[in-house]
Amino acid sequence: MASASAWMRSVTPPQGRSVATTESAAVRWLLVAVAVGFLLLFLLAPLVAVFAEAFSAGLGAFLAALVDPDALSAVCLTLLVAGIAVPLNTIFGIAAAWAIAKFNFFGKNLLVTLIDLPLAVSPVISGLIYVLLFGRSGYLGPWLAAHDIKILFAAPGIVLATMFITFPFVARELIPLMQAQGTDDEEAARGLGATGWQTFLRVTLPNIKWGVLYGIVLCNARAMGEFGAVSVVSGHIRGETNTMPLHVEILYNEYNTAAAFAVASLLAVLALVTLVLKTVLEWKSARAHARPDIATAEEVRV
Amino acid sequence: MSIEVVNIAKTFHTFRALRGVSLKIEAGELVALLGPSGSGKTTLLRIIAGLEQPDEGSGPILFDGEEMGHRAVGERQVGFVFQHYALFRHMTVFENVAFGLRVRPRKTRPTDAEVAEKVHALLRLVHLDSLFDRYPSQLSGGQRQRVALARSLAVEPKVLLLDEPFGALDAKVRQELRRWLRRLHDDIGVTSVFVTHDQEEALEVADRIVVMNEGTIEQVGTPDEVFHRPATEFVMKFLGNVNLFHGRVGGGKVQFAGVSADVPEGSVEDGAPLLSARVFVRPHELDLSLTPAGRGSFPAKVTRIHSAGPVVRLELEAETGEQVFAHIDHLRFQALGLSEGSRVFLLPRDLKLFTEDFSV
Repeated sequence: MASASAWMRSVTPPQGRSVATTESAAVRWLLVAVAVGFLLLFLLAPLVAVFAEAFSAGLGAFLAALVDPDALSAVCLTLLVAGIAVPLNTIFGIAAAWAIAKFNFFGKNLLVTLIDLPLAVSPVISGLIYVLLFGRSGYLGPWLAAHDIKILFAAPGIVLATMFITFPFVARELIPLMQAQGTDDEEAARGLGATGWQTFLRVTLPNIKWGVLYGIVLCNARAMGEFGAVSVVSGHIRGETNTMPLHVEILYNEYNTAAAFAVASLLAVLALVTLVLKTVLEWKSARAHARPDIATAEEVRV
Repeated sequence: MSIEVVNIAKTFHTFRALRGVSLKIEAGELVALLGPSGSGKTTLLRIIAGLEQPDEGSGPILFDGEEMGHRAVGERQVGFVFQHYALFRHMTVFENVAFGLRVRPRKTRPTDAEVAEKVHALLRLVHLDSLFDRYPSQLSGGQRQRVALARSLAVEPKVLLLDEPFGALDAKVRQELRRWLRRLHDDIGVTSVFVTHDQEEALEVADRIVVMNEGTIEQVGTPDEVFHRPATEFVMKFLGNVNLFHGRVGGGKVQFAGVSADVPEGSVEDGAPLLSARVFVRPHELDLSLTPAGRGSFPAKVTRIHSAGPVVRLELEAETGEQVFAHIDHLRFQALGLSEGSRVFLLPRDLKLFTEDFSV
């Protein structure tokens, strides 16, 4: 017995890892040190710098920069834009993922490619597309001017550009998840007499809810943080068409560093909240989909 | 409720899954659709359920003589059990079973008390009442399958359709569950059709077996009929092990493996020119002896012996070169005193012949 247990110890690697995939301690420490050092230098240091600069002129200046009317206007516009773009893209994203994952139709691959288009195109180009469409000498410009509809250099243009940029987030999150889940659950629900709408609300939506929330969090982060496309269509009218990222740039260009970083720190907080939510949602969805006969959400996402 | 399908065809892109299949299933029967993967058995089941539309030009799908082809799956009153159960994983066992009752239109929807009563009755039927508040992920495969069955029975289906109901279970649970399914069917008497690729399962559970291959039906019959009187070579090969010999038939005789035997049950080819034939003998229908046993026996050498199990399985090589498998019981094996390399004589007790256009 003693020899048997000694043998067991010698072949059973620590923490259930196989001998073949375990490196020596020196290699492991080196890899960890490189990774942590890189993170500290390029990610954590800038984050600390943002907050340090924000408070460099004192707490009073920090608060003053935030309650400045132009800053408040930028915050409001950012919230408005995200408040419109994120819900709409959530609905479009679910609809597109539903269509792609659950049905076969002509042009499906084209649709999948189109959904990825905003990620492939530089945001500045995306903004210029709207100038080309709605600008004074653009295709729709004269008609819009004749009917006194303002899109470019106004909130509608910013909303449209943001929606274009953030369209893929919910859809891309859901397509692989819904494809992996297949259509058995929906067929079962229909077979039990559920209508299409009942099937969606009671079966499909609960199955994808963590994926949807994850997509919303990413979509929202990008909608609030988008700079390039919004910069092109906004016109930079202070107190009217500046979002938070644009406001930060203006303050910075005016050498008002402390105020610029004060507003920037709000965006940084948003990023941190996003990261926490993202981690929680990933954990939740991995648990929700941990089922022996289906791949976990983590595997699906790869 | 009886089911009849007439001349059903189904094509997926270029793959012809069903090539004009007609079948009648009587009320109260338990029928197995048996075939290898790609034979069209699941497609036929899904078309009966209404989950798949047959091709244009297919005949009707009749339940008790009533055309169902235009009705959606929810309107056909069928219970469908999926291979991977398709349980709603965010709902408890209770809510899964209650689903079909809760989604009814408001006018016919039962009260919560009625739902509870019915769900618990169904869970007792499948012996899972104590697990009503568990989630599917907390159940074993066999338990999930029984929840799926209870869920499909909640809508009081006229027809129960099961797609590979035991396919994802391990061998032992499988055997228990299929006996249980047979008893359940005898109790509730609902017309049931199940798909399987396991011939043993079909032979054990079903009243009648529909053997399918490449989108067509090869034979329909009771387990005895398809096993003992296979209509085609495919059925012969698919149901159980076989030894295949290439031979010739004519004049009431069949010649194979260096021997000549009478064509069983009266020759249909008496006096005809010799036809090439394929001769099938099941391993348990071969008698072994140490000396020649009549005209029909042929010599062979034992090459391998598997004696673990209910019968002794022997691999032999006939003098004409064919590999032959024989199953004999342990007593006979000991009486013969066989070892690897022994020379024996094999006498087929029964054989099946198939030529190009007829079979005996």
